[in-house]
Amino acid sequence: MAQDDIRIAWHRFGLGPRLGETPPRDARAWLEGQITTYRPMIAAASSRVIAAEIFGLIEQRRQARQEARLMGAGQPMELNAVGPASRRHLVEAIGVRGASALTTDAPFAERLVHFWSNHFAVSVEKQRMIALAGAFEFEAIRPHVMGRFSDMLLAVERHPAMLLFLDQAQSVGPGSPAALRAEARGRRRGLNENLAREIMELHTLGVRTGYGQTDVTELARALTGWTVGGLGPQGRAAEPGSFVFAPQLHEPGERRLLGERYPAGGLEQGTAMLETLARHPATARHIATKLARHFAGDAPPAAMIARLEAAFLRSGGDLPSVYRALIASPEAWAPQPVKFRSPWDWTIAVLRTSGVRVFPGQALSGLQQQLGQPVWKPGSPAGWDDSDASWAAPDAVMRRVEAAQRLAARAQSATLDARALARDQFPGTSSPTGAAVARAESPPEALALLFASPDFMRR
Amino acid sequence: MFDRRKILGLGAAGLALGFAPHIAFARAATHRRFIFILQRGAADGLGTIAPVGDPAFDRQRGPLAEPFATAEKLDGMFAIHPALATIGGMYRAREAMFVHAVASPYRERSHFDGQNALETGSAQPYAIKDGWMNRLLGLLPSDQARAIAVAATVPMALRGGVEVASYAPSALPDASDDLIARVTQLYEGDAQLHALWAQATATRMLTGDLAADQGRNAAATGALAARLVTPDNGARVAMIETGGWDTHAGQVGRLAAQLKALDAMLGALRQGLGPLWTRTLVIVATEFGRTVRANGTGGTDHGTASVAMLMGGAVAGGRVVADWPGLADAMLYEDRDLKATGDVNAVIAGALAEHFGIDAPRSLAALFPASRAKRPSEGLVRA
Repeated sequence: MAQDDIRIAWHRFGLGPRLGETPPRDARAWLEGQITTYRPMIAAASSRVIAAEIFGLIEQRRQARQEARLMGAGQPMELNAVGPASRRHLVEAIGVRGASALTTDAPFAERLVHFWSNHFAVSVEKQRMIALAGAFEFEAIRPHVMGRFSDMLLAVERHPAMLLFLDQAQSVGPGSPAALRAEARGRRRGLNENLAREIMELHTLGVRTGYGQTDVTELARALTGWTVGGLGPQGRAAEPGSFVFAPQLHEPGERRLLGERYPAGGLEQGTAMLETLARHPATARHIATKLARHFAGDAPPAAMIARLEAAFLRSGGDLPSVYRALIASPEAWAPQPVKFRSPWDWTIAVLRTSGVRVFPGQALSGLQQQLGQPVWKPGSPAGWDDSDASWAAPDAVMRRVEAAQRLAARAQSATLDARALARDQFPGTSSPTGAAVARAESPPEALALLFASPDFMRR
Repeated sequence: MFDRRKILGLGAAGLALGFAPHIAFARAATHRRFIFILQRGAADGLGTIAPVGDPAFDRQRGPLAEPFATAEKLDGMFAIHPALATIGGMYRAREAMFVHAVASPYRERSHFDGQNALETGSAQPYAIKDGWMNRLLGLLPSDQARAIAVAATVPMALRGGVEVASYAPSALPDASDDLIARVTQLYEGDAQLHALWAQATATRMLTGDLAADQGRNAAATGALAARLVTPDNGARVAMIETGGWDTHAGQVGRLAAQLKALDAMLGALRQGLGPLWTRTLVIVATEFGRTVRANGTGGTDHGTASVAMLMGGAVAGGRVVADWPGLADAMLYEDRDLKATGDVNAVIAGALAEHFGIDAPRSLAALFPASRAKRPSEGLVRA
C-alpha cells in the first residue's frame, strides 16, 4: 500500500518528515536515491585543530603544576581551561549533528550515520577525547557511510578519539625498543589489549564467533605503535591529533591471527589484520544482524539477515550494496511499527515535525541527557543497545511526556495545527491519537499529545 | 468484615486486642529490603579487598599493591582499600562481609556477555530472556513483589514477566496534571505504553522533591534508593548500576575514586534507611574480575574472579569468606587471572534465601539455573 510505504520510508528509514514535506512518489526509489545524493556535513572543527588546543591546554596545566611543586607552593591554582574547552567543542559538534539531522534531504543516510556512529561507539568519559568525539563521527564515520566497510573500519581505528578512548595510544610492545629502554631504567611498559578485544568483539567479528584470548593478544601486539600525534615522547614531534605509527612502540616479530600468518613489519601488519577482519564472514553476519535489527525489529527474520550478509560478502563489504538489499527486504516494510524510538530518534522526529531547523547544541545536549541518551556518551564501547527493552521503561516514558510538553510550548504552536500534522505525518493509519489531539484544551497541549502518542513513540 | 485501615490505625491500642500482634508480626517478617548494586565494567576485586597476606601479593601486583601499604587489615590475610572507610566501619560492626575469589559460571572476557550472564543468571549469555531479580519477585509474597530500577530504564537483571518501576531524577519540568490525565487516556488501548505509564505515575508520587538535587553523585543515588524502598507502599527490591570500573590504564587513582563513590553510596543508603537498615541486605557484585598483574599501562585487563560484598544490618558480617586459590604463578587461571573457587550465583541465591525465608535449593534453581554449585551458600544473613 503506497501510503503505508511513505509512512515507513519517512519514519522507519528516515528521521520523520519535515513540516510540510511533500510525500515521495515512490518510497523505495526515494531511499535509494539518497545513496547517491548524500553529502556528508562538514565538522565544526577538525581533530587537528581541536587536539592542538586541548593537548596544549593539558600541557600548560602539567607545567603549571610542576612549577608549583618545584616552588614548594603545593597545589597550584587549578588551570581549569581543559574541561570548559572540551565541553565547548563537544556542544558545538552536537549542534552541528543536530543541524544536519534537522535540515538534511537525505534522512535515511543520516540515520545510517547515527547507526554506524553507535556501532563504532566512543564515549566521552576521558578528558583527552571528550572534545574529539564529534570530530570522530564527522571524520571517520560520515565520509564512509556510502563507501566500503573496510575503509570505515580503518578510519575508525586510526582516529585519535578511538585510540584514546580504548587506550591504544598508550599500548607498548613488551619487546619494542621503547619498552626495552624503559626496562633498563627500571620502568615497565607494555600491552593494553582493550582496543584489540573490542575490535573483534564489537567492531568486526562479533562476540562468540570463534576467536580466542590468543587472537586478542596477537592483534594487540600488531597494533602497538598506533598512537596519536601530540602525545607522549613518540607522538610529540607529529601534528597534534594526527594518526602516528611509532616504530619504537611496535612489538617486533611475526604474528598469527585466526590461524593466518602476518609477517613481521610495521604499520602494514595491523592494517592487514583489520582488512582480514573486515571481510570475514563472521563480520558480514554481525553487521547484517545489527542492520536488520535496526530496520525490522528486535528479532529480525533469519532470511533477511542472510540476504544482507550475502550482499556484504558478494560486494566485498560495499555498504550501498547492503543498503539496497535492505530496502528490497519485505521484512523491513511490515506495516505495524517495529521499533520503539530511541530518545535521539524521538527528539529529531519531534523537531523535524515542528519545522525546527536550528536547535542550539547546548539545549540538544541537555535534552538528550534528560531523556537518557546523552550524545556520544553511551558509557561503553558497545554503544547504545538497539532494542525496545532499553528505551521502553516507565521513567523514560514519563520524561518523554515532560519533554513533549516543553517542546510543544517552544514550537510555533500558534501556526502548527496538531490535527493536520497527525493526519499528514502518519498517512494510512487511524489511531486514538487523532481523537486525543482534537480534544486537547489548547494548541500546545494538542502538540504535546501528538509527540507523546503511541504513533510517535515507535517507528 | 474488618476494615483493614481501621485495624492498622489502632496503633498501640490495637496491640492489646490479642489478634493485632499476630498481624504485626506476619507483616514485619516479610518486610525485608534488598538492594543490588551492579559494578559494570569488571571491578578489580584484588584492588578492593586485597590478599596482602598472600606471599605472592606484592610481587604480582607491583604498583597496584601501593594503596594497601597502610591499609586496615580485616584478618590475617585481607586488607580493605583505604577509600572504603564507611564500609570498613560496617565490617567492624559485623554488618559487612566479603566473599572473595568468586565468579559467575561465565568464563569468557566480554563485558557485555559477562553482564548479561550475571544479570540473567545464565552461563551462556542471551540463553535466558529474563533477569534473576525479576524471577526473585516471583518467589516473594505478592504484596512484597515490588521492585524498582534506580535509573530511567530497566536493566536486564530486573526485566521479565513481573512489572517493575524505574525512576531517576530529571531536570525536566513536571508534566501538567491535565497532560498526565490525557496521556493516561491516550495510552489506554496500548498494552505496552499503558503498563509503563501506570508504573511511572505511581513512582512519581513517592519521590517528591528529592528530584531537585538531580542525584548526580553516588551519595545522592544511595539516598534516592533508600527513599524509594522505605515507604510502606514503596519497593522492596531495588537495583543501582554503577559504571567506571573498567580500569585498563592508570588504575590506582581511578579505582580509589570509584571506591570512594561506592563507599559514599553505602553510607547514604544506611543513613536513608534509618531503622530499616537492620532489615536490609545490600549485595555489590561485578561481571568478572581483572588480571592479577598490571598491564603495560598501569591498569589491568579483563580477568575472571573478583569479590562480592554483602552489607546491611541483616548480614552475618565481620568476615572475609574465601577458599583462597593463591596468587602464585602456577595458581592463576590461564596464567593471568585470579582463579574462581566460589560461585557468585550461590552466594546471591543463598543470601536471598536466608534474607527472605525462601527455600534455599528453590532459590538457586529459580534465580541461577546455570549454577554448578550443589547448594547455595549458607550462614550469610541472620534470620
